[in-house]
Amino acid sequence: MKNTVYTIKFAPPALDRGEILRYAGVRGDAPEIRALLDECIAEAEGKFRYTVCYTEFPIKREGGALNIGFTVTQSSALAKNLIGCESIVLFAATVGLEIDRLIARYSTLSPTKALLLDALGGERIESLCNSFCKDIATKKSAQGKVLRPRFSAGYGDFPIEEQVKIFAALDCPKRIGVSLNESLLMSPSKSVTAIIGIK
Amino acid sequence: MKITEYLKKNIVYLDGGMGTLLQSRGLAAGELPERWNISHPDEIKNIHLAYFNAGSNIVNANTFGANSLKFSGEELEEIIRCAIENAHRASAECALDHPRWVALDIGPTGKMLKPYGDLDFEDAVSVFAQTVKLGVKYGADLIFIETMNDSYESKAALLAAKENSSLPVFVSNAYGEDGKLMTGADPAAMVAMLEGLGADAIGVNCSLGPKALAGVVEKYLEYSSLPVLLKPNAGLPRALDGKTLYDVSAEDFADEVCSLIRKGVRIAGGCCGTTPEYISATVKGSAELAPVAIEKKNITCVSSYTHAVCFGSSPILIGERINPTGKKRFKEALREHDIDYILREGVAQEEKGVHILDVNVGLPEIDEREMLTSAVCELQAIIDLPLQIDTTDAAAMESALRRYNGKAMINSVNGKKESMDAVFPLAKKYGGLIVALTLDESGIPERAEDRLAIARKILVEAERYGIDKKDIIFDPLALTISADPTSARETLRALRLISEELGAHTSLGVSNVSFGLPTRDIINGNFFSLALANGLSAAIMNPYSTEMMKTYFAHRALMGIDENCAEYIAFAQPLAEAVSTATAQKAPVAAPAEEYSSELRGAIVKGLKERAAQLTAELVSSLPAMQIVNEHIIPALDIVGAGFERGTVYLPQLLMSAEAAKASFEVIKSNMTGGNAKSKCAVVIATVKGDIHDIGKNIVKLILENYGFSVTDLGRDVSPEAIVSATVDLRAPIVVLSALMTTTVPAMEQTVRLLRKDAPWCKIMVGGAVLNAEYADAIGADKYAKDAMEAVRYAEEIEKNLGK
Repeated sequence: MKNTVYTIKFAPPALDRGEILRYAGVRGDAPEIRALLDECIAEAEGKFRYTVCYTEFPIKREGGALNIGFTVTQSSALAKNLIGCESIVLFAATVGLEIDRLIARYSTLSPTKALLLDALGGERIESLCNSFCKDIATKKSAQGKVLRPRFSAGYGDFPIEEQVKIFAALDCPKRIGVSLNESLLMSPSKSVTAIIGIK
Repeated sequence: MKITEYLKKNIVYLDGGMGTLLQSRGLAAGELPERWNISHPDEIKNIHLAYFNAGSNIVNANTFGANSLKFSGEELEEIIRCAIENAHRASAECALDHPRWVALDIGPTGKMLKPYGDLDFEDAVSVFAQTVKLGVKYGADLIFIETMNDSYESKAALLAAKENSSLPVFVSNAYGEDGKLMTGADPAAMVAMLEGLGADAIGVNCSLGPKALAGVVEKYLEYSSLPVLLKPNAGLPRALDGKTLYDVSAEDFADEVCSLIRKGVRIAGGCCGTTPEYISATVKGSAELAPVAIEKKNITCVSSYTHAVCFGSSPILIGERINPTGKKRFKEALREHDIDYILREGVAQEEKGVHILDVNVGLPEIDEREMLTSAVCELQAIIDLPLQIDTTDAAAMESALRRYNGKAMINSVNGKKESMDAVFPLAKKYGGLIVALTLDESGIPERAEDRLAIARKILVEAERYGIDKKDIIFDPLALTISADPTSARETLRALRLISEELGAHTSLGVSNVSFGLPTRDIINGNFFSLALANGLSAAIMNPYSTEMMKTYFAHRALMGIDENCAEYIAFAQPLAEAVSTATAQKAPVAAPAEEYSSELRGAIVKGLKERAAQLTAELVSSLPAMQIVNEHIIPALDIVGAGFERGTVYLPQLLMSAEAAKASFEVIKSNMTGGNAKSKCAVVIATVKGDIHDIGKNIVKLILENYGFSVTDLGRDVSPEAIVSATVDLRAPIVVLSALMTTTVPAMEQTVRLLRKDAPWCKIMVGGAVLNAEYADAIGADKYAKDAMEAVRYAEEIEKNLGK
């Protein structure tokens, strides 16, 4: 029996300029960088597509191993994250390919803007993940449940190779246009996959 | 009967979903459905049979993911053999007397193509070719390419189908709610490209229900001269009691699909969530409908990976600046394989508002085929304008057309037999809008009537290849009036004759007309205006020419194709303001001179790019280049670099200064007469194999260049062999490697090993998010640099010791 996978589109999450500047390595006040960032934000306007696909799996504890539907893992870091949880939400999120094109465009024209756009893309995908988690949290709180912090392949001892199974379970290329390359990088680059424990 | 024959007079019905039916028969999560062709042949046959019994004319064999990326050669062959056999068996068992065909189904590879993924275009073509050959071998009646969400992958699959079979090919793409493919193409762009490549039917499947896809389907019907197909989902999925259900019922589905059949859809079926019930309802619902005739649309257009540009009442501007003719700096960039220079020309013209970019990189001493292909690939990675591929080298033309992600403009063919023999087959195979020059073996005729005659001759020959008049645009050639005072008049007459007598579109390289005259812009702008009045559809022109742009915007406003003169106003207002500020005191952004003892230094420290370029241009006539570099640019960089090291200047500020310094260097370079400034030693820089992150690498490159190093950037995802070979060729003393992923560190280690063996003289510096000094040690690198400034300091140290 295959799980139902849902695909949802999100409205643009609110922009956090402070977070973008932090990603770009700016710590103090830098008015000229702020001005350039505003230019980048204006240029990227309308270029993001906020999409998430997700599904749910029950957790089965099999001896020392954790069966989370799409994989069976020995990861103690993940086991710790999922203590007390009965199920997980597995999701993949992306803000689309256009930001990669913009970053590539400015890699040659203006590395400063490339850097800021990269930071903007990073902030956008994180904000999308936050919006998605908030939605799930609202749904689950109706059932008296809470969410654990999201956990991705490559954290601690949960290997990055799990990405292959995550992609198979969610069918990411078809649903949200995200694919995995040989070195397990995602394209578009501003994409995230993660597990959320439901407690 | 062939499906293409039957299609001429009938509505054709496809099958519905396969996945959901397989799951209900016990296909497990994670199990590859294609294996069921071998292990459960009767289950598969029965699904096909149910569709044939529901009225499907075409069923897709269960080969959606049957490709060499997922299966080994032997298994792949067996899967495809069994899959097609299962479908043929179902057809034989069906008792109905409607005509039936079996399609080889081809879905996406699941990999993203380069440059944003790691699958090379030609590798994708090979993967599809393998599947196509097996489909032909085991008796498929047609090829059905479907669910493609990337135009480039669609092209790879269609090309593979056309090159390896003579079967009819249907191509269907998956659109998002915004009416575009995942990688950006709108329906008009896809129609242009797929028609050009020779598909037999095109359309839309998957992703959404029929109602949500209606807008996209209507666009297909508006642009396509081919039969349009529709294979939507049964709406959106939802879970109920552990089962996946879809929200559109068979009746509603059939109603919605039938209403689109009434509008012109000729091939209909279903995708995810649809069952034989849905197909049966659709067949019944449309039983009384007469198929809508398929009309030739006669649209002259080109396309990029996002949109089509159509030729019509509004003039099309084709930017001419990517062309080395008469440009010393451009030639130098070509010799140095400086693609960035070409990209900057492209972006600048795009910002000026051109609709298409001409790409000419011909230079006797370079490999034009290689250069043109990489220029096209790099341009289409970052600029969404259609390209006009401009070369007389047929091999270069073919290579560029093959890699082009859309329908290109082909520049050019002429009335010489040799030219037509070379260009028409390429245009037929890859699609394209051909620029045809009205000259032939006896040269350019003086009289307009004789140029018209050549145009007629070209049309007759094109027809022999099956190339339509709409895919040819005539250039009746502008010649300089300083040589022959009647030449402009004849060109204008030829324009009118060609558009009136042949009903064809025209294009002109406008600026030739003024050759040999002073202030050519004035003549060009006026000639452009006259040409437009005589029916000109497009101009190859210099978008930096204000006179040309004035003519363009004024023409559109005067002809009533610029609503409320809005674009004219947006263009003209800044011009008026520029005039008034020019007369007032000129006050550029202040760069505090005193604080840094020179204004140029101040501009660089503050990261003021334009100002730095301007100040350098002022200095360059009075000071030697080296003095500007040593007394102004380098000290400014040192101030910023020291601040960065102290933590008072942040990375974006360091970069802004580096960009300003680069702008200064560019001015110095373009003003230098012979002989380059002395540069420091060679540095080879690359992001290692498997890694496509290059922001960090580009930062280090920029700063190293600023400090005078001669940097050769090999790009990202570079094999160890390529890095070694460049290092050996340049005998580079320094190699800089970057990696951002833990999974690509082994590739870095391998590169270091290979360098030690074949280039033992070089010092290897590494950097990137996953690295640190210990890690660098462990993989045998000489140095871990934590940031760009540390990289510069280390490189300077190596450089200093070189002479010793």
